[in-house]
Amino acid sequence: MSEDQKAAIEALSFEDALTELEQIVGKLEGGQAPLQESIDIYERGGLLKAHCENLLRKAEARIEKITLDRDGNPAGTEPLDG
Amino acid sequence: MALPYHVDGNQSPLTAPNIRCTSSDMESLQTNAHEFTVTEISQSIKRTVEDKFGHVRVRGEIGGYRGPHASGHAYFGLKDDKAKIDAVIWRGVFSKLAIKPEEGMEVIATGKLTTFPGSSKYQIVIEHIEPAGAGALMALLEQRRKQLAAEGLFDADRKRELPYLPQTIGVITSPTGAVIRDILHRLDDRFPTHVIVWPVRVQGDTCGAEVSRAIEGFNAIKPNGPIKRPDLLIVARGGGSIEDLWGFNDEAVVRATADSTIPIISAVGHETDITLIDYAADKRAPTPTGAAEMAVPVKAELVNYVEDLGSRTRNAQLRTLSNFKDRMRAVAAAMPKPQELTATARQRQDMATLRLGNALTQFVDRKRAQLGAVAPRVSPKSIEQKHSNLRERLTSLGSRMDQGLKQPTSRARLRLEPLARAMSPAFKRLLEKRQALLESQSKLLNSLSYKGVLSRGYALVLDADGQVARSAKALEAGEGVTLRLSDGDVGAQISDKPPQKTKKQAKPKAKKTIDGQESLF
Repeated sequence: MSEDQKAAIEALSFEDALTELEQIVGKLEGGQAPLQESIDIYERGGLLKAHCENLLRKAEARIEKITLDRDGNPAGTEPLDG
Repeated sequence: MALPYHVDGNQSPLTAPNIRCTSSDMESLQTNAHEFTVTEISQSIKRTVEDKFGHVRVRGEIGGYRGPHASGHAYFGLKDDKAKIDAVIWRGVFSKLAIKPEEGMEVIATGKLTTFPGSSKYQIVIEHIEPAGAGALMALLEQRRKQLAAEGLFDADRKRELPYLPQTIGVITSPTGAVIRDILHRLDDRFPTHVIVWPVRVQGDTCGAEVSRAIEGFNAIKPNGPIKRPDLLIVARGGGSIEDLWGFNDEAVVRATADSTIPIISAVGHETDITLIDYAADKRAPTPTGAAEMAVPVKAELVNYVEDLGSRTRNAQLRTLSNFKDRMRAVAAAMPKPQELTATARQRQDMATLRLGNALTQFVDRKRAQLGAVAPRVSPKSIEQKHSNLRERLTSLGSRMDQGLKQPTSRARLRLEPLARAMSPAFKRLLEKRQALLESQSKLLNSLSYKGVLSRGYALVLDADGQVARSAKALEAGEGVTLRLSDGDVGAQISDKPPQKTKKQAKPKAKKTIDGQESLF
């Protein structure tokens, strides 16, 4: 699997990666894929799973509040307290 | 002041006061009532009205309303079936009204009465306006809903899909209070997420404007900017009266919601409280907590699901590989052994080898038998007989051939010899005769040569090219020629006319020569 393909997987949203992983599982479980293809998509499935896990692991709570400038435009954020 | 007096001086300055005093005295005589100026009475009325009606609630129907004037103030009338009173809402008040006046609206207006002394009018200056009764407000809401629906703002095809796993959620609500806590707690339970709160007042006159501003503000955030652009918005508020929630029926809020490119979940009031933002939002949540549940999946479930997919992938792949192995084994088992492939051929070869030895012997035997049948007829004597016969024939033919060749040769020789003897003198004679002829011809040739003619006094005329000039026409005046005489050449030039006497002799001479030449040849 080339670096390009790896980068392409990194760019996938969680949802897209999950959907593709589901398709790969379906194909492998169906047992209809030729040997070489089954090896390729198995590898890809592994990368997709790692990508999904990474996205899930990275998610963390961060609570901020918009601060507005004098004209009422967003000036930045600050932690929401209280 | 003094000057006009003197100008009008023909009348006594005292006259007018006297007249006035007189008439005044006459009136004074009729009544003791206090005398007002118009201004005085107007001011008095104004005071009385404002004192008496400084704070009133008036129920009536709005009539003649055409929106705020250019100045920002709104002028219209309040009426019932018998009376009408002018009404005004000053600009500063108007902008703060949660519920704006609308033509035909049944309202309870709170304010004070005042008069307008300039034209003997009075009016109510409205401080606050509320629809007359909940039914009226609902009717107003329904009317506005229909109008906005007709514009297509609530159409199903405008609804956007919520992102499956939002990275950043923008929450538009009050930064304090239970609502934001509920949302954050539920998000934390399900899927801890980056949340940006845009604080707004969720009640009161400015609510609608702040909420619409917040929706537009979140949409205006650029991707990859310093503030992360949310990929999902939640507009939330706890329960309240219809008046409390009125800001979420604001037309500007509805339009901002419909125009938002970021999907919006509305969670305003309790489940039974429907506000117009609910129609325009992409999803409506019954409560703020419900909004959080709609916004994110449960992380633990996803982690398990991904893990499950991973193990299913592995198992399926192992199964796939073992299937291939099984198939390969089956095919391998069904494949014949190499020895079996060659066995038949080998057997054929063996048999052929065996038969080959026999066949050779049999062949020799058969040929020998054939030879045996023929051999007795073939003997040396018969060949010799044939040989001597042939030799005899050859010898006789050879002698006959010699004979045949000798006879014609000797006959030819007999004829040749007398001819050869006669030929020699005849040839000599022929030579002598030809010799004599040659000499005579040679002499004749000499005598006929043009040189012989030249020695007799003739001349040849040669032109510049050395060619014999045969015709006077071929010669032009001035042309150089050569005259060839018997003992050599001399140059000459052709002149225009025949020369005088002396030259006249030369020309015919030349001409004659030419003529002579012609006749010679």
